[in-house]
Amino acid sequence: MWLCIKVCPTNVFDRTETGLPLIARQEDCQTCFICEVYCPVDALYVSPYADIKQQVTEQELVSVGIIGSWREIIGWGRGRTRLAEIDETPFIDRILPPQGTISS
Amino acid sequence: MHANDELKLTADVLVIGGGPAGAWAAWSAASQGAKVILVDKGFLGSSGATAPGGTNLLYLPPDEKLRNEAVSQRMKEGGYLSEPDWIHRVLDQVYINLERVETWGYPFRRDENGVPMRDHLQGPEYMKLMRSAVSRAGVRIMDQSPALELLTDEHGVGGARGISRQKNRDWEVRAQSVVIATGGCAFLSKGLGCNVLTGEGLLMAAELGAELSGMEFSRQYAPSAAFGTVTRGRLLNWATYYDEDGNTLYSPGGPRPHDFLPTMLRKGPVYATLNHADTEEKQRILRQSHAIFFVPYDRAGIDPFKERFPLTLRYEGTVRGTGGIRITGEDCATTVPGLYAAGDAATRERVTGAKSGGGAFNASWAICSGTWAGEGAAKHALSTRSSANGRRLQAAGRGGMSRESAGPGQSLDTASLIQSVQREVFPLDINYFRSEPVIQKSLERLNALWPEVYAEVSGDSRERIKAREAAAMAATARWMYTAVLARRETRGMHTLLEYPNLNSSLQHRLTVSGIDRIQVYPEGKPHAQVNHELLEAAQYHVHTASRENESREPDRWMAAAAGEGEGA
Ligand SMILES: Cc1cc2nc3c(=O)[nH]c(=O)nc-3n(C[C@H](O)[C@H](O)[C@H](O)COP(=O)(O)OP(=O)(O)OC[C@H]3O[C@@H](n4cnc5c(N)ncnc54)[C@H](O)[C@@H]3O)c2cc1C
Ligand code: SF4
Repeated sequence: MWLCIKVCPTNVFDRTETGLPLIARQEDCQTCFICEVYCPVDALYVSPYADIKQQVTEQELVSVGIIGSWREIIGWGRGRTRLAEIDETPFIDRILPPQGTISS
Repeated sequence: MHANDELKLTADVLVIGGGPAGAWAAWSAASQGAKVILVDKGFLGSSGATAPGGTNLLYLPPDEKLRNEAVSQRMKEGGYLSEPDWIHRVLDQVYINLERVETWGYPFRRDENGVPMRDHLQGPEYMKLMRSAVSRAGVRIMDQSPALELLTDEHGVGGARGISRQKNRDWEVRAQSVVIATGGCAFLSKGLGCNVLTGEGLLMAAELGAELSGMEFSRQYAPSAAFGTVTRGRLLNWATYYDEDGNTLYSPGGPRPHDFLPTMLRKGPVYATLNHADTEEKQRILRQSHAIFFVPYDRAGIDPFKERFPLTLRYEGTVRGTGGIRITGEDCATTVPGLYAAGDAATRERVTGAKSGGGAFNASWAICSGTWAGEGAAKHALSTRSSANGRRLQAAGRGGMSRESAGPGQSLDTASLIQSVQREVFPLDINYFRSEPVIQKSLERLNALWPEVYAEVSGDSRERIKAREAAAMAATARWMYTAVLARRETRGMHTLLEYPNLNSSLQHRLTVSGIDRIQVYPEGKPHAQVNHELLEAAQYHVHTASRENESREPDRWMAAAAGEGEGA
């Protein structure tokens, strides 16, 4: 089951006849990175650029280790620690620059 | 709508939207014993403003002193349009719900004394958990199934219709109660997770005569990398800002002055570096907090702690504003029987007042209003003791839904309509640095565009959905600017250049209603009753409702307000 087709909030993917996902409406992509988080086989890479198409090859991405990196940070997948478990947000204001006041 | 082998279902409660508000509403209604269906445009778990990133929450332990302080601070920041009782209600309810989230398995951190720190939720984790809680409660979830219009008869709302877009199939759900939890309207500005938020919930509710409130409190822009979409901005508290030539614009760290980025971006490009996180340990802490902040920079090969990155501001519409569907009671009911509103789709003013201020309130409001709306909707549905199947319901959608051709070349150009609306709401010079004549002109242009939404909509599911989104955005922009012009003062996040001070005679919330002809009046004034009376009248019919309203001196109060506002 290809989860990206199911979970993409803006319905960017279509299912091809062989059942594989196809990026059918890239212009609808909102660059939310969520399909990567849900991709169990690390097959997706979302370019960070909102308005231009990035030219990259799969090989380049694999070699810099970026494919699947967001899922790894979120900590989903066997043997990983979930980001929520090590979330530092409740403590970040302890290192707020001294001039700063409490943020919200 | 198409008769393409339509899916027809019946429930007690239909929840429209599957962000936190919709998820809590569905869970809460199901917990009351109601049969619940939840539909989402995208996917419950990944869709909406919370899911991709996460949210800081208004959450305080039950300590009376702490809570009273928080309440008085909020009253002040919110321009005294919020209500202490409601803020306390949220503090009480969110405490209960976050304990629940923990028992469901969310791994909240604990401090040195073992006290759970429940004031931040990582979006993907939280919403995945909510999806399982909602499923376990027995709710039927329909993903990729945007609602387009409500069903109604003389008793109020009776369900909705929409499209299951991956199946290319229309659906109809009949239900005695409907909860609108479709989030805010962010006008497709590509803020994180926000492109599903285009205002259909507001339009659907307004088509049944529901009122909106606080639409003028919609002046929020959020910073992101100029090339990217990640609009979580808290970590910019560690930034120094520079201009194009590398001159320092602001460097002390902590929250920047409120107008700083809009003012500077008006003059030219602005760059930032998180140089206040100046040790590896600090950098690790930040990376392990709002982790999504770093994704665009890492991918673009920029070290945000050392290198300068360009910033932009993305308009957030009503998402981190405070306005939405007006609620009439503690159960988040609206003026339409059976219709409830929750989360960003509802006005948050009772709790946040005139300013959403730092976020934290909205996420807690979504949790609480969802819980209350779900419970209210379930009680309403279960008290009717009959199913919505027997009702003679009509579909109420109009703008962006016409299937009839008004002549050759008369079909709706959706993309062009969307761009025209964006040209009115995106520019800082119109919508951030608000001034009366500029907003007035913009509203005139928006009103001139409005009739376009009644042109024929042809084509496939995608085009039909986009047309409805375009109409909803056009309506939302008009509601916003109508309210802006009626609030001739500066309060909370709302400003008008010509009226830089608070005007004590405007210390009330403003209600807007109507679609083709929009009315604005102080909350609770006689106009607020109009649609209620209509609903009670036996021959209530949506298509005549808007025409009836027009004859009721819509501008009477506006004129009065104009007189009061002057010179204060
Ligand atoms: C980047 C960012 C950071 C934020 N940070 C904070 C924070 O730190 N603290 C805080 O308090 N608040 C924060 N907020 C605000 C917070 O995210 C929202 O208040 C919260 O998500 C509202 O929940 P909701 O369920 O009402 O709407 P959403 O989470 O936006 O969900 C709305 C849902 O409705 C669905 N939908 C829309 N239209 C339709 C339709 N026609 N039919 C069916 N479904 C539909 C969407 O697909 C979506 O799933 C932030 C917002 C953003 C954008
Ligand atoms: S990044 Fe684009 S394709 Fe992936 S889930 Fe988000 S919107 Fe869909």
